[in-house]
Amino acid sequence: MATLRREIRIHRPASEVWKVVGRPEILHLWFPGVASCTVTGNVRVIVLGSGVPMPEEIVTNDSLQRRFQYHITSPLFKQHLATIDVIDLDDGTCVVVYSTDADPAVMALVIGGATTGALEELRRQFESGVGPALDAVAAAGSPVMGGRV
Amino acid sequence: MGRKILFVTTDQQRYDTLGCNGGNIARTPVVDALAADGVRYERAVPQSVVCMPSRSTMLTGQYPSTHGVWMNGVPLPVDAPSVAALLYRAGYRTALVGKPHFEPFLDPFGKFTENVLAGQGRETAENQPWFDGTTGPHRGFEHLEFSTHGGAGQLHYARWLMANHPEAIGMFYPVLDSTFEVNATGGGETGAPQVHINPMPKEWYHTDWVADRTISWLDSLQADDDWFCWMSFPDPHHPWDPPAAETARINWRDVDLPANYPTTAAEREAILDAKPRHWRMWYDGELVSNYEAPKHWVPATLTTDQLREVTALNAVECELIDEALGRVMAAIAARGWGDDVDVIFTTDHGELGGDFGLMFKGPYHVDGLMRLPLIWRPAKSAGLTPSVVSRPVGLVDLAPTFCTIAGLEPAPWMQGKPLPVHDTDADARGHDKVLTEWDSELFGVAVHLRTITRGGWVCTAYKPGYVHDGSEGELYNLTEDPFQRNNLWDNPAHAATRSDLLADLWDSQPPVHTPHMPLIAPV
Repeated sequence: MATLRREIRIHRPASEVWKVVGRPEILHLWFPGVASCTVTGNVRVIVLGSGVPMPEEIVTNDSLQRRFQYHITSPLFKQHLATIDVIDLDDGTCVVVYSTDADPAVMALVIGGATTGALEELRRQFESGVGPALDAVAAAGSPVMGGRV
Repeated sequence: MGRKILFVTTDQQRYDTLGCNGGNIARTPVVDALAADGVRYERAVPQSVVCMPSRSTMLTGQYPSTHGVWMNGVPLPVDAPSVAALLYRAGYRTALVGKPHFEPFLDPFGKFTENVLAGQGRETAENQPWFDGTTGPHRGFEHLEFSTHGGAGQLHYARWLMANHPEAIGMFYPVLDSTFEVNATGGGETGAPQVHINPMPKEWYHTDWVADRTISWLDSLQADDDWFCWMSFPDPHHPWDPPAAETARINWRDVDLPANYPTTAAEREAILDAKPRHWRMWYDGELVSNYEAPKHWVPATLTTDQLREVTALNAVECELIDEALGRVMAAIAARGWGDDVDVIFTTDHGELGGDFGLMFKGPYHVDGLMRLPLIWRPAKSAGLTPSVVSRPVGLVDLAPTFCTIAGLEPAPWMQGKPLPVHDTDADARGHDKVLTEWDSELFGVAVHLRTITRGGWVCTAYKPGYVHDGSEGELYNLTEDPFQRNNLWDNPAHAATRSDLLADLWDSQPPVHTPHMPLIAPV
């Protein structure tokens, strides 16, 4: 088992950022390299840019703690747990922490390494106020401030 | 019409695997002839001893600290400086055929340009989303055809193999095991790690494919085109699985043990114990600090027969490269370009190859990994006299050399100097030292080395890391101790030398790329 943690500060309130992070069906709109995702109950299937499908089980979607967790259930992994925490810094900004625990260890780096790009894209969308994830939230009737509505 | 440039790289090739460098196992008449007609460098040093940082140095002419690719798994930004882009803008036709490795290969997200491009079966990057119009085609190469060490994946060679010889895909040794670690499974006749009997015919093997595709691209050019072709062979990097029919060239049972293989365990252990801790820890299987060696292989278990078999297969791969290069040289001559082509032959880093009882590579700045084959056969039209250069030069000097060959001023962002053509030239132009870096941070294990090679000495300082407190180091006299068995770091008689080298080392550190680029893949 190996563990990898990536974090980024976003100059938007945690409540706004959670509106995107807490929506498992729009991951592909802010995670580069994820081509699509489909959610049925607590099962999410993402399709990677290489065409590889990756089934996942959503284990936590806690809007009070602003914590989202999922297991990748692909046989490529003996174990996997991803945790995304959106932490309010009480100054109108937040820190998003994306942790990956995986066995085999190398897969923590393969999968977890990609979370760097995801966090950067999340920040880009929020701090520019422009992006497909913000559009999706707005379309669902819950626009984030600064987003295109 | 200017001078054309054939830039030939291999992967993980030792200095002593060439006949012109004193090697006596592999027969390398083609490279030996280039050396006889050109400049042979006796102390060519990489700026990193792993692939991605070193290859990025070749392309950018910058140290790893500056271009930012500090370890395998850190991709070189698409818009990084590129000597190929300079040449392309100057009117050169440009190609990269073979192993690129500026970006990670393990890429399930399909994020990296080179993998995407190859996956689309494309051979040029123009009109692609990442083509920004300012650096020319992708990294300055208008033509790209990629391969790596096997038949799996999406690179052009793998796609060619799948399309034409699908039964051959599984003939290679699997570089990674089922847990995606570098495979430690033994094979061949001795059970050596990363050794495998590959039934593939030579004509399907990636070495011949790289030469074939290079010749094909050269054939597509006009006679008066100037061109820069980087022909990048994936061998003799492990796995050692050359076509089985070729392995009869060298009977491993007849191969001598490497000169720097201490034959008794006690001798090996005594030598390693005089070096910083991670040497012995790796030997004993207590610490694998990086991804570049099989995690589940313990060097102390290496047998002499295994080492002989690895050495023989490595030599077979070197011979196949030499013959493939010979075919390309013949094709160049047939085009009438024989007098106008500069050929530079080198590798990205070395291979421990049994030195101290170790194989593969890692944070070990000694000759096995740091002394590289480098040959420059200038175009005959340049009228240079053949010579041997003993002064230290670096792969960082390649990019400005390419500029000089093309009649261009080296770019201001390049940190090396055009290669000297003899020792007097080296002295006149300040080729007196070369720097090498190592930075690895993998799952809590950090190793950081900074090394200077100067005046017949190599001095390595260790920064604080997982098993180092920052006081450790290595100091070797390359003349008196050519195998670097006697670490003089703590020897009071050499304190002044150490102090002088360290002062120069720290004063000479290159600018650091900001922001620090993250490690996002294993390799």
